[in-house]
Amino acid sequence: MGESAFLVGQIFNGFSVASLFVLAALGLALSFGLMRVINMAHGEMLMLGGYLAYMTLQVVPGPLGIIVAMPVAFLGAALIGALLEWSVIHRLSARPLDTLLATWGVSLVLQQAARNLFGAIGVEVTAPSWLNHVVQLHTGPLEGLTLPDTRLFILVVAGIVLAGIALILNKTRLGLYVRAVNQDRSTAAAMGVNARLIDLMVFSLGTGVAGLAGVILALLGPVTPTVGQSYIVPAFLVVILGGLGSLVGTTIASLIVGLFTALIEIFVDVSVAQVLLLVFVIVFIQFRPQGVITVRTRALEG
Amino acid sequence: MKKFDPKLISGIIIIILGALAPWIISQYELSLLGRFLALSILAMGIMLTWGEAGILSLGQGVFFGLGGYALAMHLKLEGLNVANGDMPDFMVWSGVSALPKFWYPFQSGIFSIACVVLVPGLFAAGFSWLMFRRRVGGVYFALITQALALAFSTLLISQQSLTGGFNGLTDYSTLFGYDITTSEAARVIYWVTFVIVVIAFFFLKWLLGSRYGVMLRATRDGENRVRFLGHNPVPYKVVAFGIAGALAGIGGALFTLHSGVVSPALVGVVPSIEMVVWVAVGGRNILWGAIAGTLLVNFAKDQISSAFPSLWLYGLGALFILAVSFLPMGIAGLFRPGSGEERVMRRIISRRPLKTAE
Amino acid sequence: MAIPAPILMMENVTVDFDGFKALTNVNLEISPGALRILIGPNGAGKSTLCDTIIGRVRPTSGRITFKDQVITALPEQEIVRRGICRKFQTPGVLPTLTVIENLLIAGRKDRSWWKTFTHKAPKDELSIAEDLLEKIGLADRRDFMAADLAHGEKQWLEIGMVVATDADLLLLDEPTAGMGPTDTQRTAQLILSLLGKHAIVVIDHDMSFVEALNGYVTVLHQGQILKEGTVAEIRADPEVTAVYLGRSDDDDTAEA
Repeated sequence: MGESAFLVGQIFNGFSVASLFVLAALGLALSFGLMRVINMAHGEMLMLGGYLAYMTLQVVPGPLGIIVAMPVAFLGAALIGALLEWSVIHRLSARPLDTLLATWGVSLVLQQAARNLFGAIGVEVTAPSWLNHVVQLHTGPLEGLTLPDTRLFILVVAGIVLAGIALILNKTRLGLYVRAVNQDRSTAAAMGVNARLIDLMVFSLGTGVAGLAGVILALLGPVTPTVGQSYIVPAFLVVILGGLGSLVGTTIASLIVGLFTALIEIFVDVSVAQVLLLVFVIVFIQFRPQGVITVRTRALEG
Repeated sequence: MKKFDPKLISGIIIIILGALAPWIISQYELSLLGRFLALSILAMGIMLTWGEAGILSLGQGVFFGLGGYALAMHLKLEGLNVANGDMPDFMVWSGVSALPKFWYPFQSGIFSIACVVLVPGLFAAGFSWLMFRRRVGGVYFALITQALALAFSTLLISQQSLTGGFNGLTDYSTLFGYDITTSEAARVIYWVTFVIVVIAFFFLKWLLGSRYGVMLRATRDGENRVRFLGHNPVPYKVVAFGIAGALAGIGGALFTLHSGVVSPALVGVVPSIEMVVWVAVGGRNILWGAIAGTLLVNFAKDQISSAFPSLWLYGLGALFILAVSFLPMGIAGLFRPGSGEERVMRRIISRRPLKTAE
Repeated sequence: MAIPAPILMMENVTVDFDGFKALTNVNLEISPGALRILIGPNGAGKSTLCDTIIGRVRPTSGRITFKDQVITALPEQEIVRRGICRKFQTPGVLPTLTVIENLLIAGRKDRSWWKTFTHKAPKDELSIAEDLLEKIGLADRRDFMAADLAHGEKQWLEIGMVVATDADLLLLDEPTAGMGPTDTQRTAQLILSLLGKHAIVVIDHDMSFVEALNGYVTVLHQGQILKEGTVAEIRADPEVTAVYLGRSDDDDTAEA
C-alpha cells in the first residue's frame, strides 16, 4: 500500500469517526445551547441504541434488520430521553453542575441495568451482507486504498441526519421556536413560545439521534454496557470546541476532533493521541474560548 | 464558664476519639478508617473548590494519582541499589534495560514527599490558570477535567514499562528504612493521617475565614461583579484549585501507604466523579461535612459492595440523583437548617441560569 | 471661562452586533466631577454605551479615552482600576456576603490577591466602609447577608459599593428601579452629594428623578445621540418628545 493511499485511508477514517462524533454530540450541543446543561447519561443513549439494534435483529433477522433497527433505536432513545428530561433534567435545569452529577447517576444506573439484563461481556450485531463489502482500489496513485462499506454507511447516515436536523432548524416552525428560545428565552416565552416543550422536544430529538448512532456503533464492534463511555468524552470535547448549540460549529468541531485523532494516530499510539487531543483542546481554548462559531449578540453578551 | 459551646465540645470529643481509635476499633476497621481519612483530605479540597468557589472538577483523581504515584515510586526504589542497575520488579518483567531517567530523583525520600505536594498542586494551578484566564468555567471546566482524568488513566495503563500499567505500583514494604507492614506501623500511619486531616481542617478553616475566603465566595457569587469592582478573579480561583490539587496529592500518598497499592483504577473518570459525591452527600459548603460524607459513603460502599456488588452501583447512582436533587446542602446542611448561608445557598442554587455559558 | 479637560471622551464609537448597530458614531465628553443624565427609549443603546465604557462590550470602531489615556482595549478590571466603576441595572451585590463584606471588597485599595491572607481589613478601609454604611442608610443592616436585603436596599448597597471603589467616574444604570417616590428622592440627594468628587453618569427614565437631579442630559435614540441639553431644553424639544417623552416604557430587557 502506497503512502498516499495510507494517508487518504486515515483521512477517510477520520471522517467516519467524525460522523460518529457528530451524531453523538449533536444532542448534547443542541440541549446545551438551549438549557446550558449537559446530560452525562448521553453516552448511555448510544448504548441503548446498540442494544435496541441487537434486539430488533432478533425479531427481524435478514438484510433489512438494520434498516428497521434505526427508527426503533431512534424512537426508543428519544422516549427514554424525554422521560429523563421530564423527570430529572427539567427539575435541575437552573443548576447546570448539579445536573451533571445527577445525570451521571442516571448513567451509572443505566449501565448497571444493561449489565444485569444483557451481561457484562456484550452482544454482537452482525452487519448485513450488503454492508460486508470493501471498496478497494487496485490501480492508480491510491493503489491499495481500502474503504469498508460500513464506514461509508456511517458517512451517509451522518449526512442524512445532519441535513434533516438542519432542515428542521431552518425551515420548520419548531426550528424557528428553537432558535427563538436559544437567543432569548424570556422574550420567546413572552411571545407565547412554550419554552418548556421546546426543551423537551430538542432534548429527546438529541437522544434519539444518539440512539441512531448506537445502531452504527453496533455494526463496528460488540455492544457492551460501557460502549457509550468511550465515545462520550470526545463528544464532550466536540461540544466545547463547537460553541454554543450551533449545528455548523458542532459539525466542524467533530471533523476537527475526528481528523486530529485519525492523523495523530499515524505517529503515536491511541493513549498518547488522547493526551494530545486534550492538549490541542486546551491550546485551542486559549485562542477561541467560545468555540469555532462565535455569535456576537446582545443576548449572549448580557 | 456558664455555657459550653456544643461545637467546641463535640470537636474535642471527636479529636480524642480519633486519636484513641487504634485502641477502640479492630485492626481491619482501623485500616479502613485510615484509608477513608486519607480520602477525606482530598474531599476537603473539593469542598474548597466546588462549594466555596463554584468550580466543579471531575478530575480530582488525577491529582490524587500524582501524589500516590510520587510516593509509590519512592517506595518501589527503596532498598534497591540503583547505581548497581537494580530496577523495580515490573520493569524487569517488561524487559526495560535501564531505570528511566525521571525515576532517579525518587530515590530521595525528601524529594518524593515534596513531589507529593508540589507536583499535583502546581499542575492543578497551572492547568486551571489556562482555563480560568480564558474564562472557561462551569460545565466546560467540569467536562475538560473529566477528559483530563480519562487521558491520565489511559496514559498510565498504556505506559506499562514506566508506570506498572494496569496493575499500578504495588508490593513495597519499607519507608525510610522502617517496615510498613507491621501492625505497629499501621497504627503510626493512621496517626500521621489523622494529624494531617486535623491540620488540613484547621488550615482550611483559617483560609476560608480570611479575606481570601471572602474574595473566593465573592467570585462564586458574581465573578463579573468582582471583575467590575476592579479585581482579577483568576488568581483567587487558581490558588483554590492549586490547594485542592495539593490536598488531593497528599490524600493520594497517604492512601497509597494505607492500601499498599496505587493503580489507574483509582484515578480515572469513575473514581474522580465518585469523589464529588462524597462531598455532595456530606455537604459542599461545610468543611466537616466533606469529611463525614467521605467516611459515610466509603463505609457504606465497603459494606454494600462486598455483599451485593450490583446493588452498590444502583445505590451510587441513586445517591448522585437524590443528593443533588433533594439535599443540595448535604447531610451537614441538616444540622443547621434555616442558617443564613443555608437559606441563601438554596436561593442561589435554585436561581434561573444566566444567559451566558460561564 | 476655561472649560476643564474632559475626564472621559468617546470618539466615533460604533458597536455592531452581527449587523445590528447598537451604537453608531457616538461622541460623548464628560467633565470631571460633573453629572450627566442619559435618557432614551427602549433599545436606544444606553446600557450598551455603559457596557462599552467599562469594557464589557468592545467597540467595533472608535475609541474611548479616560484621563487622557486610551482604554478601549484594556481588561475590565484594569479599566476599573483606572477609575471607572459601574452599577448594573439588576442589583449586582454579592448575595452570600454580608453588607459590610460587600463594601469592604469594593473598597480595597490594594487589590493584590496575595495580600488577602489576613482576617482583618486595613483600619482605614474599614472606617471608610463604616462611613459609607451610614451614608447609604444601611448601618443597621451591617451584618445582614446581602441576599436578605429589600430590593431598594440592594440598589443602595450597590451604589455604596461603586462609591467605595473611589472611582472618578461612576456609571449608575437605573439606580432607582423598583423604588418608591421617597426612596427615589433620597437616591437623588445621595447622588447630588457625591458630585464634585466623582463625575457621574446616570441612566434613568423616571422623569421626576431626572428633574430632581437637574443635570445635563444626553438623549440617545437608535444608537445615536439625538440631543444634548439641560432638562428644561430637553423637555421643550419637539424631536425628543416625538421619540421618547410621553411614552411609557421599560428599559432594554436584554440585560435582565
